[in-house]
Parts: sequence; C-alpha cells; structure tokens
Amino acid sequence: MSIDRTILPIELEQVVFAPRDQVLLGPINLTLGAHARTVIMGANGSGKSLLLRLCHGLIAPTSGVIRCGEQAGDPQTACIRKRQAMVFQRPVMMRRSVRGNVLYALRLRGVRGSRAEQLTQQALALVGLEALAKRSARVLSGGEQQRLALARAWVIRPEVLFLDEPTASLDPDATKAVEAAVQRFAEQGTRIIMTTHSTSQARRIADMGIWLDQGQVTQHDPLVRRTL
Amino acid sequence: MLDAFAGAAGLLLTGDPTLTHIVGLSLRVSLSAVLVASVLALPVGAALALFRFPGRTGVVVLLNALMGLPPVVAGLIVYILLSRAGPLGSLGLLFTPQAMVIVQSLLIFPIVAALTRQMVSDLWVEYREQLTSLGASRVRAIPSLLWDARFSLVTALLAGFGRAVAEVGAVLIVGGNIDGVTRVMTTAIALETNKGNLSLALALGVILMGLTLAVNAVAFAVGEFSRRRYGV
Repeated sequence: MSIDRTILPIELEQVVFAPRDQVLLGPINLTLGAHARTVIMGANGSGKSLLLRLCHGLIAPTSGVIRCGEQAGDPQTACIRKRQAMVFQRPVMMRRSVRGNVLYALRLRGVRGSRAEQLTQQALALVGLEALAKRSARVLSGGEQQRLALARAWVIRPEVLFLDEPTASLDPDATKAVEAAVQRFAEQGTRIIMTTHSTSQARRIADMGIWLDQGQVTQHDPLVRRTL
Repeated sequence: MLDAFAGAAGLLLTGDPTLTHIVGLSLRVSLSAVLVASVLALPVGAALALFRFPGRTGVVVLLNALMGLPPVVAGLIVYILLSRAGPLGSLGLLFTPQAMVIVQSLLIFPIVAALTRQMVSDLWVEYREQLTSLGASRVRAIPSLLWDARFSLVTALLAGFGRAVAEVGAVLIVGGNIDGVTRVMTTAIALETNKGNLSLALALGVILMGLTLAVNAVAFAVGEFSRRRYGV
C-alpha cells in the first residue's frame, strides 16, 4: 500500500473479539475517522479499549474485517500502523530522558539527525515540556508523563491518534493541559479517536460520540462541542 | 602464623611483581571472558524472552540448569576439545590464557543469558504494547529492551565476573597453573597453600575478597544510581 494514500476512514464490518469463545466485543459495524474528533464512551468493561486496540492493530479480531482507507488495509500491517499512533491510559515511559523518548519514536520511523531534533523540539513545545527535555521521563508527574506520551505519539505526525482514557488518573489541571494538547493536535490535522468516561469531557473535545455497552455500539451521534 | 600475615602485608604494600602479575592475569582472563560471554549471551537471552519456537521451554530449562554447571565438568569438556587429540587440538590453545577465557566464558554464558532472559521478559510485559504501537518489531525491540534494562544487566554481568574470578577447578584443568603463564589468583592460592607459602596465598586471598566486595559495591551503586536517576 502506498504511504501517500489515506488510511481513513477505518471501517469495521461485523467485527467480533471473542478470546476463548467469550465474546467481549461485537459484532460491530462502524466507520471511524470521518470526523476530526471522535469520542468513544461507555462504562468499565464496555469494550472501549478493545475497540481502540483492534483499530490500531494491537489485537486481531476473532471474526469480521477492519479496513483502513482507500486500499482497505489491515491495521495489523506495518504500513497502516505507521500512520497511526496510540496513547495508553498508563503510558510506558522508556528509561531515558524526555527528549530521548520522543527521539526514539522518530528513530523507529527512520528519522534522525537535525530533522529529528527539530521535530522533537516542536512536539515538546506543543505539549509544554520543552523545559523538561533533559529530565528522566520516569521521574515526571503523571500529567507530565501523559503529555510526553502525547508528544511521542504525535511527533510522527500520525493521520489518526488513538487516545485510551488519557486523563483517567489526572487532576483537573493536568486534565486541562492534556485536553489542550489534544485540541492542538486536531487543529494540526490529526484525527483524534479517544475513549473517556466523562460526558462533559466528550462535549469539550469531540464532535462525534459513540456509546458502547457490553461490547455493542448503542448510539452514534454528533456532539455539540463546548469550548475549553 | 603472624609471620604469614606480616609477609602478606609486605607483599601487598610493596606491590610484589609475582603478586601483581597473577592479579593482572586473573583480571585480564576474567574480564575477557565476561566480554566474550556477554556479546553472545545478551542477544540470546533477549531473543529467548521475545520469541516463541518449538523447544523453547527446553532451552530455557537447560539454560537455567547450566547456571549451576560444575566448573570441573566445564574444564573437562574444554580440555577434551582442546587436547591434542581433540577436535580443536590443532589450535594449540590448551594450557594458555585463551583456553582459560574459553572455559570461563562457558561458565558465564548461562548465567548472563538466563538472567537477561528473565529481565527482558519482565520488561517486555511492560513495554510490548507501547513498542508495538511505536512501530518496533520484535527484532528491533531487542536493542531497545537491552538498553532500558542496562542497569539490571550490569548486575548480571557482575555476577558472571564474580563466578569467573573466583573459579578454580576449570582454569586449573585447561590452564595447568603454569607459573608466569596461566597462574591466576585462585590456582595460586591453592598451590601456595599446599606448599606452605601462606604469605602469598593470604595476600591473594585479601585481593580476591576485595574484588568480591568491590563487585557487590558496584552492583549496589549502579542500582542506586538507576533508582535515583531514572526512578526505577
């Protein structure tokens, strides 16, 4: 698949995830990525994180098909995943500096040297971490770590950025900082697909809402967005 | 007995050439063995942690068992391989420091590989989704995981060094304890004690104990540095 072709929209057709014959998700028919900011909501165990992992190709569906973009690529293929990025609820900080964590993501994409340095600085500036560039990533606060995870994911300029409850364990100030960073990424053209528990957060961030309950999509509606 | 202690102190304080040569050779042999074993054991241990293949469990069990490989057995194996009639006899390595490096590498390899496998395996549980998401294949993940486990791995390497430098049976078999050529601290201590030359044996024993303490101190310091610097 050509790297220049879009990987949007992400279409799920009769997708089921049922490890050991226990259905945890699906069957789901859904199109994602048509809107700039999509939020997936639902209670604990409703399947939000599974849905993101399936779309990001971290796990494979038991049955059904996920197609990405014009070439209908499988998200588990490297060329599709290269155009996506994901921030986890508890992101893993590698045992290196803040700058080193962002550079590592670029190095995996073959970006090195002054170009990598420039992109790293931009990404850190966008999340307000440029002053902490030399600090060890693992000694940052939870909010700072989450912003670093956002910078590390966004630095590769993904077409789609999956966010799995990125503010779940953060205080209000840190939540606000993360939400502001997410908005800036969306303004730069990255499609955001995010899970959350919070309806108010969904209204602040998203223009499309998807509700999941017990592994099924129960609602799929545009949201009226409130400003931050 | 007091004369022996006084003699040992004298040897240590004056930097006796025989003592210095023996200590120098011991360090050269053991450090070389750690280097050789690590170059092989680190990637092998990491690959065992990340890849699944038929017989993997057997390999892991064997590797763990070989951590307790009796040094004299290792010495015997290398002796047979390097002896004039053995498959590698034409290399002429028997009773040389190179043969001692080979046998010590054989002893260190399972220790470093097994500990690396365990450390990388634990780290992989934590890192797998993140590295996959960032686009790292399993092969690509190996150097990243080894780098991120570097402070823990130093402990594995020091454990290997400790095993090598304190080992006597294997190096005695393949080295022959030849004065000025293959005599290292442990074989010298055994020989000099038998001869009744307790001064040199004691002086070497003090240095060996000092090295053991230093290795442990370095391992502790690395752990503390890692905890303070990286929060791990």
